[in-house]
Amino acid sequence: MPDSAPALIALAGQQNAGKSTIFNMLTGLTQHIANYPGVTVDKKSGSYVAHGRRFEVVDLPGAYSLAAFSLEERVARRFLLEERPDVVVNVIDATNLRRALPLTFQLLEMGFRVVVALNMMDAAERRGLEIDIAHLERRLCVEVVPVVGRSGKGEAELRAAIARAASAERVTPATLNYGPLEDEVAAIQAELAAEPRLQDFSARWLAVKLIEGDREAEALLADRLENPHGLLDRIYRARAGFEARQGLSAGDQVSSCRDTHAGAILAASVTDTRAGEVPVSERIDRVLLNRFAAPVFLLATVWVIYQFSIVEGSNLADATWPALAALRDLLASLLPDPGFLHDPQIRAMGLWIADAVLTLLNFVPIFLILFALIAILEDSGYMARIAFILDRILQRFGLHGQSTLPFILSGVFAGGCAVPGVMATKAIPDARARLATILTVPFMNCLAKIPLYTLLINIYFPDARGLMLFYLATITVIVALLVAKLLTSSVLRNEETAPFVMELPAYHLPKFSAVLHRSLSRTWLYVRKVATVVVAVAVVIYGLLLMPGLPSDRLESYESAAEAAIAQFYTDLEGNPLRQTVLDPAQLIALIELEGAYSAEREATDDPADRAALDAGIRAAHPEIAPFLLGGTTEAERSAQATLATLAQERSDLRRQMRRERLETSLLGSIGRGLEPVTRYADFDWKINITLLTSFAARENSVATLGVLYDQEDGQNLSLAERMGTQQAAEGRTAVSAVALMLFFALYPPCLATVIMIRVQTGSLKWMAFSIAFSTMLGLAVASAVFTSATALGLSGLQTMTAVYLLMLGLLLVVALPKPWLPQLRPRHVREAA
Amino acid sequence: MRRAILQTMGLGRGKGRPCRRNRCHEACCRERGEDVSLCDILPGASCRICRLHGHGPVRQRLLDLGFQPGREITVLRRAPLNDPIELRLGDSFIVLRRREAAHIEVSDA
Repeated sequence: MPDSAPALIALAGQQNAGKSTIFNMLTGLTQHIANYPGVTVDKKSGSYVAHGRRFEVVDLPGAYSLAAFSLEERVARRFLLEERPDVVVNVIDATNLRRALPLTFQLLEMGFRVVVALNMMDAAERRGLEIDIAHLERRLCVEVVPVVGRSGKGEAELRAAIARAASAERVTPATLNYGPLEDEVAAIQAELAAEPRLQDFSARWLAVKLIEGDREAEALLADRLENPHGLLDRIYRARAGFEARQGLSAGDQVSSCRDTHAGAILAASVTDTRAGEVPVSERIDRVLLNRFAAPVFLLATVWVIYQFSIVEGSNLADATWPALAALRDLLASLLPDPGFLHDPQIRAMGLWIADAVLTLLNFVPIFLILFALIAILEDSGYMARIAFILDRILQRFGLHGQSTLPFILSGVFAGGCAVPGVMATKAIPDARARLATILTVPFMNCLAKIPLYTLLINIYFPDARGLMLFYLATITVIVALLVAKLLTSSVLRNEETAPFVMELPAYHLPKFSAVLHRSLSRTWLYVRKVATVVVAVAVVIYGLLLMPGLPSDRLESYESAAEAAIAQFYTDLEGNPLRQTVLDPAQLIALIELEGAYSAEREATDDPADRAALDAGIRAAHPEIAPFLLGGTTEAERSAQATLATLAQERSDLRRQMRRERLETSLLGSIGRGLEPVTRYADFDWKINITLLTSFAARENSVATLGVLYDQEDGQNLSLAERMGTQQAAEGRTAVSAVALMLFFALYPPCLATVIMIRVQTGSLKWMAFSIAFSTMLGLAVASAVFTSATALGLSGLQTMTAVYLLMLGLLLVVALPKPWLPQLRPRHVREAA
Repeated sequence: MRRAILQTMGLGRGKGRPCRRNRCHEACCRERGEDVSLCDILPGASCRICRLHGHGPVRQRLLDLGFQPGREITVLRRAPLNDPIELRLGDSFIVLRRREAAHIEVSDA
């Protein structure tokens, strides 16, 4: 064991060079994801032990060069300069050597011990490229290890090469001849090498950077030297002299020398046995990206994703729901038993949290399928092509071709989730378009918005269900585009943008294990983040609903009503032999609970055989109290069943009234009432306000809260839609109110989990707060305007919705179409006219 | 006809930053009497890069991707709405918006 100190290994390479697969190959399952300080770029690190030494591996962000123009490049460069890794593994796509080598030259110039991992050798072979590794090693003066990251080929050789490099002596930085610029570079290099405070940098690299006019390098000089002005001035003059002499900028000369050198190495070490042939990917693209066929294939892809993830996924979720329900039942049986009127606090809260978490876990099958399909799209290379097809439209609204994926994930066609949607914005290179995407993605119709729409449509638009759903599904896209345009031309105007320059990767057949891994890890992220947030929020809302509780006189009145009901029950059973079995109050409560479970189960089955089996099961498990549930032939048995039914009904009525009263007087209820003056113009009363407040935690809450608020008066057995319909009608509400509510719900602030994800992805509380405030105001403004003007005009609900839809569509067209009558403000035109 | 429709929809070539011949003073392009930018090249045709206009990140990214003077480019296709365009540069397939392509001055291969 010559050296036991851990060696720091950095993985550097361009995007799509397969850095992640090499990273996974080296570190296996030990990886850990964090952020680089101050930025939202993922920092993946891991470690392994080999040759008696520990190797810490850090995956640098993909960078084409170390020019420090993009965020990724700056992060990669800063890491290299500050952390000084012992070995830099330069991952190169073997099919694209020419573009990759300039980065290699820069790493060598910086004086690192470099190992080149020549990845995707299998693809290069298939492409008919013969690479002379020995020649490449001679030209670069570093070890070049051919690997196939996807299958793990070359792993041992790569580890060995890394170990050799890590224990090697410090290398002298390689030099590349910069032709006519060489004299200037050499002069500055000599000056920098003589500077004692700059000894930890490669003078050659720093000289090249300075002569290119690199800002960060100049800042570094200013930071290290007491008086850098003389040096900076000499550098400036050297640069100006060269540029005047050659008519070419120094940066261009450097970059062109590197490119030429790469071309020369390539020509000498790579033989293309299939030169002149059309690559397979290009032949596929001739069909898939054909101008007329491309939209058809795109729609077909989207349809397949929708069909498998949302439709089939929902079926799968229905199939797995019993398992989750059983989990809830198990929890219910473990918690303290319920009381007649009050349940123990711990039971109520436990079940409340369990319901919130289980509802979200119920979506897991959908996400597994959705994420697997998206991983397939990404790995196959089609995702980049989707961006190519749609960029023109999205660009018009300040978005980016790569905004497509987040929108699809969040539910362009009714069904998705904004949490993975916001997560997927990571791939967008343009900061402004990325923020605009993050802020508009929550407008999409996520899975949890659908129940409220369905409820309201069933009440108010039973004859126009399809049309209303179509309006709601598409209006969100229209609004999202409009809002994106609004934001990018106002608050986001000064955000950094990036050009749309993208490489279309060759088509790959996705590997099963990679797809599975990605799908599982993304779903796990969802489960973990959402579960923690949901638990926390569920507790808070539970508290807000509970406090301050009912006044004691109301409580007493409920309790005496409960006692009276129980007393009545025993009186009615006077003389009945079955009375003996339920004398103990605890037994009575157990019996009522059993009755509730039994009726629910009986309600759920239509098959007479199943019902008979259910009855038989009850009879076998509880022989002495079975008549209370099942009735029977004797008078005593029948009256026992009737009395119990009356008591159970009274209990549930009492409990519901109490819950409702508690809700009305709770803190949340007071907040809802307090908001009425503001929400009046949109015709939201306190009940709707409470519903909206609870659905901020998770949208699924909306319908559940309405179920409590619009409760049944006295033993009716109406559906929530009917109850809400009659009560709202009595309050003078119309379909227009429903339209206002649905529009608000469509534009409503992102749910809490999404908000947290926005915080994570933007790395800023400011944007998180903005996303909440902006959409609340937008939603309220739209809902108020729609309700007020529709009422003034006397429109019906459907007319209102149609009018709003057409208005938005018209606005969209106005924004999208060119405006020749407006003066062109673009600087290029001014110059041209001049 | 199609171009006319696209143009009225604001999706054609005539809008925004037009890809018009403007400020090339290089000898290689002047021979032909007019300057041509990459976005004027029809799909299927090849050309050679003369020089890159513009500055900052866009230009740097293009240089990094291998858009170096002297190299040959083939325009493969345009997206369904005419923008962006797909190019072949050596062994890589690159997608560019026309606005960026307008920065690349080319001559016939």
